[in-house]
Amino acid sequence: MAKEQLMDYQKALETYEVVIGLEVHVELNTNTKMFCGCANVFGDEPNTNVCPNCLGFPGAMPAVNGKAIENSIKIGLALDCEIAATGRFARKNYFYPDLAKNFQTSQYDEPIAFEGKIDIEGPSGKVFTVDIERAHMEEDAGKLTHVGGSTGRIQGAEYSLVDFNRAGVPLVEIVTKPIYGAGDEAPELAAAYVRSIREIVKNLGVSDARMERGNVRCDANVSIRPKGQEKLGTRTETKNVNSLRSIEKAVKYEIQRQAHLLSQGTAIIQETRHWHEDRGATSSGRPKSDADDYRYFPEPDLVPIQPSKEWIEQLRATLPEKPAIRRKRLQELWGFSELEFRDVVNSDLLDEIDDTVKAGATPQAARKWWTGEIARIANSEDKEISEMPITPKQVAEIAGLIDSGKLTDRLAREVLTGVLAGEGDPAEIVSKRGLEVVSDDGALLEAIDKVLAEQPDVLEKIREGKLQAAGAVIGAVMKAMGGSADAARVRELVIQRASGE
Amino acid sequence: MSLISRPASELAAMLQSKEISSVELTSQQLANIDKLNPKINSYLTVTHEIALAQAKQVDELRAKGEKLSALAGIPIAVKDNLTTIAIETTAGSKILKGWIPPYNATVVEKILANRMPILGKTNMDEFAMGSSTENSAYGPSLNPWDLSRTPGGSGGGSSSAVSSMQAPIAIGSDTGGSIRFPAAVTGTVGVKPTYGAVSRYGLIALGSSLDQIGPVARNVMDAAMLQDAIAGHDDMDATSLPESLGSMTEAAKNDSVKGLKIGIIKELTGEGFQAGVSERFQEALDLLVAAGAEVVEVSCPSFQYAIAAYYLIQPAEASSNLARFDSVRFGLRVMPEGPATVEKVMAATREAGFGPEVKRRIILGTYALSSGYYDAYYGSAQKVRTLIQVDLAKAFEKADVLVSPTAPTTAFKLGEKQEDPLAMYLNDIATIPANLAGIPGMSLPVGLAKEDNLPVGIQFLAPAREDATLYKVGAVLEKLLENKWTKSMMDFAPELKVN
Ligand SMILES: [Zn+2]
Repeated sequence: MAKEQLMDYQKALETYEVVIGLEVHVELNTNTKMFCGCANVFGDEPNTNVCPNCLGFPGAMPAVNGKAIENSIKIGLALDCEIAATGRFARKNYFYPDLAKNFQTSQYDEPIAFEGKIDIEGPSGKVFTVDIERAHMEEDAGKLTHVGGSTGRIQGAEYSLVDFNRAGVPLVEIVTKPIYGAGDEAPELAAAYVRSIREIVKNLGVSDARMERGNVRCDANVSIRPKGQEKLGTRTETKNVNSLRSIEKAVKYEIQRQAHLLSQGTAIIQETRHWHEDRGATSSGRPKSDADDYRYFPEPDLVPIQPSKEWIEQLRATLPEKPAIRRKRLQELWGFSELEFRDVVNSDLLDEIDDTVKAGATPQAARKWWTGEIARIANSEDKEISEMPITPKQVAEIAGLIDSGKLTDRLAREVLTGVLAGEGDPAEIVSKRGLEVVSDDGALLEAIDKVLAEQPDVLEKIREGKLQAAGAVIGAVMKAMGGSADAARVRELVIQRASGE
Repeated sequence: MSLISRPASELAAMLQSKEISSVELTSQQLANIDKLNPKINSYLTVTHEIALAQAKQVDELRAKGEKLSALAGIPIAVKDNLTTIAIETTAGSKILKGWIPPYNATVVEKILANRMPILGKTNMDEFAMGSSTENSAYGPSLNPWDLSRTPGGSGGGSSSAVSSMQAPIAIGSDTGGSIRFPAAVTGTVGVKPTYGAVSRYGLIALGSSLDQIGPVARNVMDAAMLQDAIAGHDDMDATSLPESLGSMTEAAKNDSVKGLKIGIIKELTGEGFQAGVSERFQEALDLLVAAGAEVVEVSCPSFQYAIAAYYLIQPAEASSNLARFDSVRFGLRVMPEGPATVEKVMAATREAGFGPEVKRRIILGTYALSSGYYDAYYGSAQKVRTLIQVDLAKAFEKADVLVSPTAPTTAFKLGEKQEDPLAMYLNDIATIPANLAGIPGMSLPVGLAKEDNLPVGIQFLAPAREDATLYKVGAVLEKLLENKWTKSMMDFAPELKVN
């Protein structure tokens, strides 16, 4: 496929105004599916959590999962939405082999939650209020695997496999109103918005919120228009952008791609586009028009949902604090500077650090490990930090071993490598790899004396008060000990030797 | 009187007193099926072994003194649009030929819990689309009163089975009259309960907001006992009523209509109705009046739009309900010519698997739901539905039950209306409003039309949830007629010559 031409990002923003809109699908972590009693579990053998209902067998009928409604209302409330007094499900009719009934049961013109808002902080610290149009319930489709083609797409595949375990898993789709005025912060704002949604649903406990598993999926609508033009530009919808970094990149890419086309006098085609993480580009999917005819009509097999006011208020009372308030509280609690804190938020590490602190680490140690070494390794492996196989508890344990003098920073990094390699918990790795700090003064003194014997003038310099001369000795001793010595203790011992003790 | 010509309520008493065994009854029933079914085509599948095994089991339980339900041991026929584990279920369609469901419809579960041996699955118009069984992919059923005529549809398999003593009772489903019309033209009793009174779980849906399962029987008491056996709330059907509607068996013991107000629906009498039908209808009313009922005239002007509205709503829902027949997970799969894509396989399967009436309605329904047409068609039809409900509510302020002939004519000849879908649709003019409004309706035989000596049915309608009223008035009228005739309706039936 020919690489598409892009306009320079800054130049694009000088000429065009960006309008984005985001649709986020959140998979709820209810025990059972939306309309049947099948288990809602990720990763089971294909087609083991299925029944006549989610397989769309003749005669089967849906029965609404009350917990899914409860969780959807919670999401609506957390997004400051109105909750509908009554809401019907509708059928969205289209044929696709992953859709058992060949219609999706979804809320159409009567979403459970509507007219909400959420404050999102852009990278510059500027706060945008994103208006939420609606949050509605629907069921997920099955999962298709296309076999035999080179692309893994349906085109060119020899055959396709369908796993209906995911069919009927409850989803909440959260749709924003168009977001204007984000300017060059639009890509980061899009990512920050999804991050906030993720944080909300995770803190509500209604979703596992793992993007790599598709628990949170984002479709990004992007359009641009020449500055000063009132009419909105033609939008594209980039589907299933499934990491925060990709969202940012995909939005940026679309801005640059559309800007190039418009500057050439080429019209933007309203279409679905696919994001390719490997080449950092979107490609054309199927053309989409507003006339896509899903023949919606009210689902006759279900009665309207009518949550009582009392129930809604009970649910409201159980809501955790809002992300913005939580952030403020945590920043104060941890005593981070503006810069440190924004770094944590932008790296999407709030929960990890919070959990690490809760597991006993100091806030600074938690921050240092997550935004430092772990982030560095994740980056070098091209992974999300959240995908790294290490728990906050393990990080807190490593930090604890340093505090108690059992590990040096260098040894601790080695322990971290061991944890990430799946060798076990930090304490296990310390003993398995023999990484304990040598705290036996006898062994240290032996090494110090050996070094001092090679550098006789050093002792004299230290006695003269030139303490920095000790540095060379410490370095040599550390090297001789293979790093497994506590540098501070070595320094103490060197100074003791110099003062003739 | 042979054993199998007796009504279910009598047979139930004989089983309870151990005068007969279920095996004895079921064997005789199966023997008659083996004799008649090859000609009449009431059953698509006859389940000899299953029925006899169930009969044997219920006899053993009774011998042990186990407490059994009222209908335990009474064999029953089940319409082929209800799913049955281990028994082929086709809904009269080629697209489901050979399909063995992995689950039972709730009604089937109830039949099994009541220990009623299942004789087999009865013929029907494909996916219940039709009024004659001529749309069945497996050929029409014949009317035992005149083998050249239809036993009605879509439930002509059940109505012909019950009226030819191939089953004492049967299960039907009624979307626009599919229980009541076949009952009317075969001299049997058919009831469409209030929407939601009987669980639809496992009923292969036609129009989900209209479909209702109900009893087919040879008298009112039998129908009442069967409705009691299959009714009740079901968590698997979100539209099933939370509350019980009371005992229909008790209601069917009623013996008085004194003070009962009967509303004659002006729009469903007179012009357009066969003279012999109107005559029998009037005679039945006269009997009720003589017994102390009061007759008033009511008007439901919106009924003139009922058929139009019905033929938008039902095909619309059907077009969506039938989308699942795509060859991916069950049923027929037809490979297209040339390279296969999933769309081509789906299209080839649906082209080969669906009959012309099903295709007609899928196209109608798809069109009615299309964006730009939705408001004009589906939207307007829903408004008509509301108007019909309003008209009926007003009528029920004046009357306890509403009456009309069940159908404009007696059984028509097979083939007579097959080329004229509109004429076929008009046949349901009296039965459709009950489905649109969700209210219960009963068709009861009131004798033979003098022009053709074929059965005529009267239809009673009651307000939603007041199914008992139908059984109360039905039971009285049935007794009045039998007293007048000095025999039962079925005794009028001609002897069947099937060779
Ligand atoms: Zn299921």
